[in-house]
Amino acid sequence: MKAGHVRRFSPVERLLHWVNAAGFFFLLVTGLILYLPSLSMLVSRRQTIQGIHFWGGVGWLGALAGVVLLGGRRLLATARELDSFDGDDLSWLRGRGAPQGRFNAGQKINAVLTAAFTILFGVSGLLLWFGEEDTRYRFASTVILHDGLMYVSLALLVGHLYLALIHPATRHALRGMTLGSVDAGWAARHHAKWRPD
Amino acid sequence: MDSPPLPDQEPRRYGRRLFLATVAGGISSLYWGKAAWDHVTGVISPVASAVAPILPTGGWRIYTISGHMPEFDPATWRLRVGGLVDNPVSLTYDELRALPHVEQVSTFHCVTGWTVQDVHWGGVRLGDVLARARPQASGHALRFVSMEVPYVDYLTVSQASLRDVMLAYEMDGKPLAREHGAPVRLVIPEMYGYKNVKWLNGIDVVPKAVNGYWEDLGYDRNAWVGRSNGYGT
Repeated sequence: MKAGHVRRFSPVERLLHWVNAAGFFFLLVTGLILYLPSLSMLVSRRQTIQGIHFWGGVGWLGALAGVVLLGGRRLLATARELDSFDGDDLSWLRGRGAPQGRFNAGQKINAVLTAAFTILFGVSGLLLWFGEEDTRYRFASTVILHDGLMYVSLALLVGHLYLALIHPATRHALRGMTLGSVDAGWAARHHAKWRPD
Repeated sequence: MDSPPLPDQEPRRYGRRLFLATVAGGISSLYWGKAAWDHVTGVISPVASAVAPILPTGGWRIYTISGHMPEFDPATWRLRVGGLVDNPVSLTYDELRALPHVEQVSTFHCVTGWTVQDVHWGGVRLGDVLARARPQASGHALRFVSMEVPYVDYLTVSQASLRDVMLAYEMDGKPLAREHGAPVRLVIPEMYGYKNVKWLNGIDVVPKAVNGYWEDLGYDRNAWVGRSNGYGT
């Protein structure tokens, strides 16, 4: 680790993040080809794209499950951090600056929603796939849920990318998710309650 | 990792609650999502129609069954009407457009759950086209043939005689776009989208209706909106 830096994300945490990110972008691109009329014109092999999107989704969920199993207790400890909101977190969410732990309250909410959306994307995607051939799996609202998740996830993603790549005060965090470590001074300013190992 | 909690700072497990509430809300939306969405789009309809042109989809999904989306060439395209008829005809695009023009506003329902409200169709009545071919009394059904091989679908003559069944060559004031079935598609608003055959180039009068493309894959032949394919039953 570079001098003056502290470890923020473990290798398995970073692996989980990047497996999720890669899967999400793959599914976003293949999904938009199915969704947008202008793109479906360019790539008119709907059956092929649909199969790629579906099996890509199955692979994404499988890869995430694999990383979670690999992470075991270490990821369970991370989940406990994300689960726990203290008084400072609630103040922070109300816009009153309050010292934050390794994750700030916004990051906790983003992580929790991302996990919940993954489950819902999986359930609605399986229903769409099997509902095409069997009316027992067909609900009039499945496609609305799947599309709605896409819109909300896209909004979260835009905010996430802005904070991770553009906003000057926060973009240093990207280093933590790529190389694992962040500047100790930056950590003290943004995550004052965090005591790195 | 956290500092020792102060009495009023006891950490709460809001994360798992948010997770479970989001998953539960999402799953339950399978039962109320469409009703809620239709309500919202109904309420904001003036707003929706104002922003519709800038939305990427206009609410449509484009479904194809083959590797190539058919292309319309006015020089070679014909609408052939044959089968059990006294006078088989083959109409050019201009001849089709010369028939009495009708317009209607109707809602398009896909069997997968999405709906496009208030589509403005322009075209001809199916009856006006059929009349030129003079169907025989033994023909009780119609086969609609798409340029997208092997897509075909059938309607009984009585289904095809519903008053808002049409052959549409215009949509929302413009010539029907390629992805919507250019140059002409069948429109039967009472039935799900897969009965509304796109890229039409043939109509045959036949003795009876049999399975079309999607019906061979398990979808209902009588695809009434809200009363078929597992809905409303």
